[in-house]
Amino acid sequence: MSPARHPLLIGVLALQGAYDAHVRTLVVLGATSRLVRLPLDLHGLDGLILPGGESTTMLHFLDRNGFFEVLQTYVKSTPTFGTCAGAILLAARVEGPAQRSLDALDITVERNAYGRQIDSSIFFGPSVLAGPPLEMVFIRAPRITRTGPTVETLASRDGSPTLVRSGLILAATFHPELSDDHRVHQTFLTLVRQHQADATRKRR
Amino acid sequence: MADPSSNSTPSGGIGSTTLRLKLGLAEMLKGGVIMDVMNVEQARIAEEAGAISVMALERVPAMIRAEGGVARMANPKLIRQIMAAVTIPVMAKARIGHFAEAQILQHLGVDFIDESEVLTPADETHHIDKHAFTTPFVCGARNLGEALRRIAEGAAMIRTKGEAGTGDVVHAVQHMRQIVGEIKAITVLSDQELYHAAKVHGAPYELIRMVAKSGKLPVPNFSAGGIATPADAALMMQLGAESIFVGSGIFMKERATPLDVENNPIEREEAVSRARAIVIATTHFNDAKIVADASEAVTGTMKGLAAASIEVQDQMQTRGW
Repeated sequence: MSPARHPLLIGVLALQGAYDAHVRTLVVLGATSRLVRLPLDLHGLDGLILPGGESTTMLHFLDRNGFFEVLQTYVKSTPTFGTCAGAILLAARVEGPAQRSLDALDITVERNAYGRQIDSSIFFGPSVLAGPPLEMVFIRAPRITRTGPTVETLASRDGSPTLVRSGLILAATFHPELSDDHRVHQTFLTLVRQHQADATRKRR
Repeated sequence: MADPSSNSTPSGGIGSTTLRLKLGLAEMLKGGVIMDVMNVEQARIAEEAGAISVMALERVPAMIRAEGGVARMANPKLIRQIMAAVTIPVMAKARIGHFAEAQILQHLGVDFIDESEVLTPADETHHIDKHAFTTPFVCGARNLGEALRRIAEGAAMIRTKGEAGTGDVVHAVQHMRQIVGEIKAITVLSDQELYHAAKVHGAPYELIRMVAKSGKLPVPNFSAGGIATPADAALMMQLGAESIFVGSGIFMKERATPLDVENNPIEREEAVSRARAIVIATTHFNDAKIVADASEAVTGTMKGLAAASIEVQDQMQTRGW
């Protein structure tokens, strides 16, 4: 095989929400993208992004035609990055109020935990990512109130995790797609490349 | 560790942080349906059906049109009840230029304020200075100049006006085509021609230049005013709308009579079927099979009023300057 790398193909769930903003960031980072509105759109992706928006609206679509179950299986074997509502969908447990979730990441999330839109804020906080403090844009954001033993915290705000990873899943309670700081998306693309390298090694 | 002094919240002065947060919420609302609701039960139906947001008001445009009188901001008590009943963002309308109503809405904590031509204007010259608020605003527009004047005043979202309360999509189409067409036209202009374009459109040069370079508005552009069916929603999305506002199309039975969703299970089910179908058609606007299936599941449609039969002086869209 040639060492030249093909551009990654990343799916962005486009039932509703900030899918455009994720696509713009992926373009900057040299990845190609595909909007995912139906289960068949998942075919052949290298990774998947579940964007911010309204998780109740997204669930409404996932409840149609068995999409929920397809996605539940899919995220077990494909690197997946959830932001805000996407993180809520990935969580093991959702509160404030309780709702169904994919149970792909061992965290508990409280919806709208920081308040309404007037409480939205931009925050610079510590992270394990190389470089200066990470800019985190919080819009009617959820809070991660519990992380399981396999979950690694990559960034936090006032002691609450805001960026977490476990296995193939990355989740942020803020919106890196609304920031000019692309380190979080870069972290996800690295995770996707790593997963591909691991899969190739296993096949040999 | 971060320097705590570098942390910013929107509660302070007006700067780029506030605008980014306003645009951020607008970004979250893309690809969905915002529904007008007049009571808690309608708000619950909207949320259950998959609305991304509800607009709390006392009378939907079709009723305002039929009943006449002065249309004002909704009672804060109603807005609070609706905010308590749903987890999705809640919007509410202030009259054009009525910054005191907007101050009340911001105090209540609504997530978006609609400075709306559907209500009776409070000022025949000035719109609200929306930069003075931390709550984001959406405003109606019929053409590029009007959209950019509202953006200059601080609007974080534009919706094409259409003709509210009619169930007739013709003006929503006209306004969307107008704005998209005018944007296309200025993208080919030279730098010196852009100064003239600013004069023609009555809009700030910097915004005209920004649109000419990017080929799109600097804020999300949604569609409103007469959208009543799943096919209407799919049409507006294909014409370039980034989300859909539905006013009277979901909860109205006859011209001025709402479906009784609180006491009549059959009428409640009718409202649910309309709301669900429009939500599905908005997401899958490019898939005629899905829009057809969604349309088939609808029972009943708002009767509506042909927009062409409305005298110009009775149009809501002409309000705004």
